[in-house]
Amino acid sequence: MDRIYLDNNATTIVDPRVKEAMEPYFCQLYGNPNSLHAFGTEVHPAMRLAMDRLYAGIGAGDEDDIIVNSCACEGNNHVLKGVWFDLLRSGARNEILTTPVEHPCVRNACAFLQELGAKVTTMPLNADGIVDAATLRRHIHPERTALVSVMWANNETGLIFPVRELAEVCRENGVLFHTDAVQAVGKVAIDMRQVAADFLTFSAHKFHGPKGIGGLFIRKGRKLTPLLHGGEQMGGRRAGTVNVPYLVGMGLAMEMAVDNLAYEESVVRPLRDRLEDAILAIPDTLVLGRRGLRTPNTILASFRGIEGEAMIWDLNAGGVAASTGSACASESLEPNPVFVAMALGDELAHTSIRFSLSRFTTAGEIERTAQVVRRSAERLRAISSSYGDGPGAGTTAKDGGGD
Amino acid sequence: MAKNDLIGGSLWEQYSAKVSERMNNPRHRGEISEAEAAALGARLVVADWGAESCGDAVRLYWAVDPRSDRILAAKFKSFGCGTAIASSDVMAELSVGKTVDEAMKITNIQVEEALRDDAGTPAIPPQKMHCSVMAYDVIKKAASIYKGVDMASLAEEDIVCECARVSLRTIQDVIRINDLKTVEEITQYTKAGAFCKSCIRPGGHEQRRHYLVDILRDTRAAMDKEKLTLQADVGDFASMNLIRKHRAIEKTLDEKVRPMLAADGGSLEVVDIRESQGTVSVYIRYLGACRGCISSTKGTLQFIDGLLRRELSDTIRVITL
Repeated sequence: MDRIYLDNNATTIVDPRVKEAMEPYFCQLYGNPNSLHAFGTEVHPAMRLAMDRLYAGIGAGDEDDIIVNSCACEGNNHVLKGVWFDLLRSGARNEILTTPVEHPCVRNACAFLQELGAKVTTMPLNADGIVDAATLRRHIHPERTALVSVMWANNETGLIFPVRELAEVCRENGVLFHTDAVQAVGKVAIDMRQVAADFLTFSAHKFHGPKGIGGLFIRKGRKLTPLLHGGEQMGGRRAGTVNVPYLVGMGLAMEMAVDNLAYEESVVRPLRDRLEDAILAIPDTLVLGRRGLRTPNTILASFRGIEGEAMIWDLNAGGVAASTGSACASESLEPNPVFVAMALGDELAHTSIRFSLSRFTTAGEIERTAQVVRRSAERLRAISSSYGDGPGAGTTAKDGGGD
Repeated sequence: MAKNDLIGGSLWEQYSAKVSERMNNPRHRGEISEAEAAALGARLVVADWGAESCGDAVRLYWAVDPRSDRILAAKFKSFGCGTAIASSDVMAELSVGKTVDEAMKITNIQVEEALRDDAGTPAIPPQKMHCSVMAYDVIKKAASIYKGVDMASLAEEDIVCECARVSLRTIQDVIRINDLKTVEEITQYTKAGAFCKSCIRPGGHEQRRHYLVDILRDTRAAMDKEKLTLQADVGDFASMNLIRKHRAIEKTLDEKVRPMLAADGGSLEVVDIRESQGTVSVYIRYLGACRGCISSTKGTLQFIDGLLRRELSDTIRVITL
């Protein structure tokens, strides 16, 4: 039986056409693009095409920069640490505003800068689980705030943040705005002519490109101290020989992701909704976030009485790959901060399962997944001490020591 | 950090095949009803441990024969991950056939060892050991219910970590049983300190009566002291210093020689002990009726010499003055 991959927010299959496009750049067109000889220059047309595709994909202007790097994690570190060197270190402005639900690469880079003396403020989420413009207005301070960093879409819930309005508030206040768009590319339209963000990051492997390559958009005229010093690649903004085959792949993957935005809405979203309906048809389940506010591919569900790692164990046995935010499944046993921040109760933090679809997901796979989910939930609830009518079920199971 | 730590997501690879098998097909899952217990002529005990909000909860059912205190049947239910379900299953299985007192001696390590595929490879990665520790806790809870230890005494149990509801006693036991040396290990084994972190050291967002750093330090100190006391009492004669050798010789003489001599109105004293070239020479002087007794330099001397060699070390040579 074929396995079903519903963990596309973690990584995606490389589109076979992307792989095919990359192929000639390993053994035939392998020159270093910075070399003056023919081996170097003959890769330039493909690089130019790839860059054109990236610029078109996010609506960047020719005067803006898209720095090709290794991934969004690098891009996010580059922005935060670059701003530290440019603004925070001198104390000219000392505050970063962010959210409690950023990816660990943003949260941990912020924590690192905090140790160096920066003030990091996490803004609260509203009832919808996002940070809105009104909240940002309450926190932003034109003389104090150096940078606002808010993700475009959340990796766990798929909730989309109002980056256009947030970027506007930042511009009004003369404050830099950065958005981690790693979960947004290929799921929502991105047009940097419409969104006044100064920095934006993405990773190719989240939209059917290869792992190990990403991009950092820097708006025209914005200073950003490099993270990697070395040669003059990327105009001196990011040293290191450009990974040509991967750049070629990322360019095509970006173009295809944008071309498929309509398909995401017309096919992937209904498939997602069908799976979501099937989950909600199981008693005592819930899905986080209003459907209209989420990316079309993501479901974060909670199954009462079932610990998350046990659930993905059973789903995996049934051939379905999903993920959980349960602390038990993490190496550190730390509860997932997204759930803590969303204040949805500790139980939820241990019962969450994320299903994330892609344009490769089929209707047949969704039907089978719905069956496997039902079967897994039934088995694990039969075992569960905190679900059902056993003696002391419910309250006693929750207060541990006493009964 | 090392080569093996550089690839993430290896949690499930560290589970033994037995853990997988028990997770997929737990043999003791389910409940025991009052009627089923009654049919066995047994008393039903139902004990809960853990909390869903902490990520792991288990309920243990025992049918206990009230005449022999023997556990006739055991079942469990669990809100927990794969290792929690597998370890609860083994915990239930290990308790069947034992008396309640015997069951209370089941440790987390025994449960984990029962899940190993081969004796040398842990069945569960260290950070998952809290699941087995929970098995040990729920057995203690069930035993206290069976024995009718009042609930008030349970409520008064010294809880160190409120988030994971881990008691002082559990932490001390886990440190001792597993010879833990760091606070991180305590957290891995018990989950104490994994959540709000207030109980790790003073200065967290909430004041606590006990902190893990203090419990670790005090328990380790107590363990060291016990180890020293133990070494002073018994142990290898050859590795003892002269003072402890003297003490061991006197102790043996007090217990096995002097009462016998006293019956005849005599005694002896140790005048000197000298060590040279692997021989321990014990110089004794007879007192009272033993002085001048013919046997004292023949049979009695041979007896004392043989006894000390047998009891302590064959490097001993007894010499009379």
